Amino acid sequence: MIAVSSAFFCSGISAVLAGKPEVSDQINNIVSGSQAREVDVFLDVPEIAENGNQVKVAFEIESPMSDSDFVQEVYIMADGNPAPNVAKFNFTPYSGECFASTRMRLSKTQDIYLIAKFNDGTHSITQSTIKVTIGGCGG
Amino acid sequence: MSKIKPRAKIPKEAELDEVIEIKTLIRHPMHSGRVKDVDGKTIPRLIINKFSAMFNGKVVFTVNLEPSISSNPYISFPFKVKEAGTFELTWEEDGGNQYKLTKSLKVV
Repeated sequence: MIAVSSAFFCSGISAVLAGKPEVSDQINNIVSGSQAREVDVFLDVPEIAENGNQVKVAFEIESPMSDSDFVQEVYIMADGNPAPNVAKFNFTPYSGECFASTRMRLSKTQDIYLIAKFNDGTHSITQSTIKVTIGGCGG
Repeated sequence: MSKIKPRAKIPKEAELDEVIEIKTLIRHPMHSGRVKDVDGKTIPRLIINKFSAMFNGKVVFTVNLEPSISSNPYISFPFKVKEAGTFELTWEEDGGNQYKLTKSLKVV
């Protein structure tokens, strides 16, 4: 574990480890052995979600989406939900551009992570905090 | 089960090399397995766990969904138009049920 975290600090994404341990473990699993890539990622989530049952999550990632260089997988994770995984989007060069959107449930105020994996094995991580007024996981 | 109805908004025609946005919605409760009914019994998990989009038989986009996705899951995604053809959209439910929708696209 110590070895893994030091590798993370080297690649300059230490902030990710601040999340819930389960989430950082999952992120470690996804990105282990791959290099971080500098890329423009626009994670479009509200700052404040009044209703945690329907929270918009949209993203746009700069990529040529050609056969040789495209975004392969995009993971969305929420560190305050009972299970952190929200969705995994699988793109192909047929997509042409890299954007998508969906709606998620959030049980409370928490951090959202977007992990993009490129076809060459590199990755990029983006984070955003959403304040949730009324939680949306039932109960 | 008959209430579960998939919908998709796809332009009928598009120009060559145009990137279109496809919007989909399926009416589905997405029972997360964590909610109790009025009698205090847990409603068992029943969600759409996978969405896939095929165009002329090739997989162009898929999503793996988790219980954290809202009820009536909405998904929008891009597609670059290279030829005319048919989309086949499939939603897979826990337990193996599938809901399908096909739409055709013209190139102008």
